[in-house]
Amino acid sequence: MLYDEHLDGALPRTDLAELVDALSAIRPPLELLSSREELTPYECDGLSAYRSPPLLVALPDDLEQIGEILNICRRLGVPVVTRGAGTGLSGGAMPLPQGLLLVLSRFKGILELDAERCLARVEPGVRNLAISQAAAPHGLYYAPDPSSQIACSIGGNMAENAGGVHCLKYGLTVHNLLAAQVLTIEGERLSLGGEALDAPGFDLLALFTGSEGMLGVITEITVKLLPKPPSAKVLLASFDELEDAGRAVAEIISAGVIPAGLEMMDRLAIEAAEAFVHAGYPLDVSAILICELDGVEADVTEQCARVRTVLERTGSREIRLARDEAERQRFWAGRKNAFPAVGRLAPDYYCMDGTIPRRRLAAVLERIASLADEHQLRVANVFHAGDGNLHPLILFDANQAEQLERAERLGARILELCVEVGGSITGEHGVGREKINQMCVQFRAPELEHFRAVKAAFDPEGLLNPGKQVPTLARCAEYGAMHVHASNLAFAELERF
Amino acid sequence: MDTEHPDLTESLCAQVREAAAGRYALRIIGGDTKRGLGRAVVGEPLSLAGHRGVVSFEPSELVVTARAGTPLAELEARLNQAGQMLPYEPLLTGPACTLGGAVASGLSGPRRPWAGALRDFVLGVRVIDAKGQALRFGGEVMKNVAGYDLSRLMTGSHGCLGVITEVSLKVLPKPRAQLSLRFELGWEEAARRLAKWRAQPLPLAGACHDGKALRLRLEGGEAAVAATHARLGGERFDDQWWQRLRRFELELFDDPRPLWRLSLPPGTARLPIEGEALLDWGGAQHWLKSDAPATRIHAEARRCGGHACCFDGAQVELPFTPLDAVMLRYHQRLKAQLDPLGIFNPGRLYPEL
Repeated sequence: MLYDEHLDGALPRTDLAELVDALSAIRPPLELLSSREELTPYECDGLSAYRSPPLLVALPDDLEQIGEILNICRRLGVPVVTRGAGTGLSGGAMPLPQGLLLVLSRFKGILELDAERCLARVEPGVRNLAISQAAAPHGLYYAPDPSSQIACSIGGNMAENAGGVHCLKYGLTVHNLLAAQVLTIEGERLSLGGEALDAPGFDLLALFTGSEGMLGVITEITVKLLPKPPSAKVLLASFDELEDAGRAVAEIISAGVIPAGLEMMDRLAIEAAEAFVHAGYPLDVSAILICELDGVEADVTEQCARVRTVLERTGSREIRLARDEAERQRFWAGRKNAFPAVGRLAPDYYCMDGTIPRRRLAAVLERIASLADEHQLRVANVFHAGDGNLHPLILFDANQAEQLERAERLGARILELCVEVGGSITGEHGVGREKINQMCVQFRAPELEHFRAVKAAFDPEGLLNPGKQVPTLARCAEYGAMHVHASNLAFAELERF
Repeated sequence: MDTEHPDLTESLCAQVREAAAGRYALRIIGGDTKRGLGRAVVGEPLSLAGHRGVVSFEPSELVVTARAGTPLAELEARLNQAGQMLPYEPLLTGPACTLGGAVASGLSGPRRPWAGALRDFVLGVRVIDAKGQALRFGGEVMKNVAGYDLSRLMTGSHGCLGVITEVSLKVLPKPRAQLSLRFELGWEEAARRLAKWRAQPLPLAGACHDGKALRLRLEGGEAAVAATHARLGGERFDDQWWQRLRRFELELFDDPRPLWRLSLPPGTARLPIEGEALLDWGGAQHWLKSDAPATRIHAEARRCGGHACCFDGAQVELPFTPLDAVMLRYHQRLKAQLDPLGIFNPGRLYPEL
C-alpha cells in the first residue's frame, strides 16, 4: 500500500538539501532527523504492516516553528504528513518517501483546565488519558476512550474522530470538542468553534474533525469535560447462540436503556482473552455480552433490573453482575485486552473496523465465518455492539509469503460486506492508507469529487497528507469497483493521473 | 421504504440542473417558516415540501431516515409512538416547518446543552450538488468516519452549499420521568447555582431565566428525578412551558421588535442591549427582542465570545455576526468549490457567500 504516483497522483520532487537548508534557518532551531537509523521509528504508525520512511522528520517545539515549516514546505512544494503519537490503526500518519513528517509529540501542554466551565484547552500532543487524569481531582473526565488512550494524542483523536467503548451514550471525538486552532498550509490561523455552543458560518470544527490531517494542522484543542457518573455497574451475559446475543442487544435498546458500554465477543475472542487475562469469562459459549450502565445510583439499579429481564428473555445462559469495582475492572480487562490477547494466537493479526446496522449482526458474523473459511484464515470478532462497530481480527503469519495478501483480501471482502448491509468501511479507525481502495466501494465518483472539492478549498496544491482518505478516480478505476467509462464519467473535463 | 409519498429527487435534480444551465439562483424552501432567518434570498423557489415522508424507522437501531420535506410535527409524532424523540428539540418555527429546514438552520431547543446539538445527531444526508447530481454522505450507523464529515458541514449551512433532500438521525428513548421547577431568584444567584450544578451529575435538561425566576427541567429515571427534586426544592410548573418556548409561544415573542438569537458561553449574563430577553441554555442562548442596531448586537455578542443572528433578517443588513477576514475567505473558497455558480441560497448567510 505504498504511495503509487500512477494511481494516487504525481508528487513534486523534493530536493532534500534545499529543504534542510531552508528549515535550518528557522529560529529557534528545531530538531530535524534524516539519518536512516533516526527515521526508522517513524516509518509506520499503529498499522505496522505498511512501512515507508519519510524523507525528513521535523520535531518542532513551538507554534511559530510549525507556521514556518508549513510556509517552507508550501514554497518548495514538499508534501507534509502530520503525526501525533503514531498509534493510528489505518496508516493515516504513514510517511511519504518524498515528504516531510511533521511530528507534534512535543506539544504536551495542558494550557488550561477549568473545572467550573468544564473544559480543558490543550496542545495536540497531549495524551487522551492525561486529560482525564488531570480532570479527575475535580470529579470530571474526557469521555472518548479509544483503546490506545494511554498513548494516543488528542490531536490524532481529532484528526481521526476517534471513538472508544462508550460512544453510544457519550459520542465520538466530534461530540466532545468545543474549539480548535488550526494552521492551514498557507500558514493562516483558523479559530474553529468556541466556548459558545455553536459558531457563526459553516461548521468547520466538524469538518476538520476526522479529516485525517488533509485540511490543516491542528495546533490546539478545547475539549468538553463531563462530571463522572457516581455509579457504574457491569453485567456479563453468556449466550449459546450468536443470534440470541444479537437479539438481546436490539431488545436492550428497545427497552429504552442506553448503556454506557455494550460489547460483544465471540468464542475465539473469549478464549483468547480468558487465556491472557483470566477475566473469569465462561468458556464453551458462542458469545458474551458486557453491558455497563452508569449514572446516578437509583437509575443504574433500575436499569440493571430491566437489562437483566431482557437478557433472561433472550436466552442468556448465565448473567453475572460484577459484585465490586475489582470484578468490574476484571470484566472490562478481558475486553480491553482482546486485541493483544488475540495477538497471542498467531504471529500477526489484522484489525478491521466496519460498522453495520445492529440488526444485521448475526447474519454478518455468519458471512464473515464463511469468508474466513474461504480464505483459510481464522477470525476473532470483537464488537462495539451498542453502536454497530465491528472489529474482526484476522489472524495470519506475515512470514508466510502470501498470508498477508490473503489477510488483506479477506479484510477487503469483510468491509465490502459491511457496505452491502448498509454500514460503513470504518467506524473509528479512519480510512488512512489502509482503506483507500474500499472508499471506492463506499462512495461513487461524484461523491469522491465532492470530497476533493472540499480538500481544494483548504489545500489547493494537495500538499497535506496526499494519498490518504480520498482515492483518485484513477485508483478506483484500477481497483475495479467503480464503473468508470469515458462516456458516463462525471467531471470528464478534470485532469486524471 | 414506508412512506406513501413520491420520491421527487429526480425532479429536484432537474430543477437544479436547469438553474445551473440558466445561471439563475434558487431559494430553497421547505415549509418557508424560516423566511426571516437570515438575509432575503432573491431566486426561483425550489420547494422541498412535496419531497416528504419517513423512509425508514427502526426503533431498536435508534435511527430514523426521512425526506427533507417531512413536517417536524409528523416526524416527532412518529417517534413519540415508539417512545423515542429528537433529543435536541429542534425549534418549531411554525406548523409547516420541516426536517430539512431544521437541519439546514441547525438550531436546537432547550435540551441542547445537556443532550447535544442537532448536528451531533446527524448520521447521514442525501444532497443535490451544484451539477444537479444526487449524492449521499454518512449513513444510518452511529459511527462512520469514511470521508470528510459532509453531513455535519451541510447541517447549519443554511442551504448555501447544496440541497438537503434526506436526513438520517440518531434518536433516543424519551426520559421516563420529567419535572419542571421554578426558583424565584435573580440572574446572578441563578448563574452561581448553575455553575455549581454543571460539574455535578444532575439529571438536568433545561435551565432558563426569564428575568424574575430560574426555570429548571429535570429528566431521567423516576428515582433520580425525585431525589434531585428533594435536594433542590423549587416550585413545580407545567412541563409544557418548554414546548411553548421551542414554539416561540411565550409572551416575549409577541413583542413587535426584531427577534435575535445570541449564542454565548454558558453562564453569560444579560447583555447591555435595550429590549426584552430570555436567557435559555443556562445563559448560553439568549432570546432578545430589540431594535438596537445590528452592528451593536453583533459587537456585544462578540465581546462576550459569542455571535448573534436575527430571525427578522429582512429588517437588518447583517443578520449574522460577520466572520473575520481569514475565516470569510475560506468560507468563500468552500462555497466556490461546492457551488461555483452561486445558485444555492446566495447571500442568505453573508453577502459574499
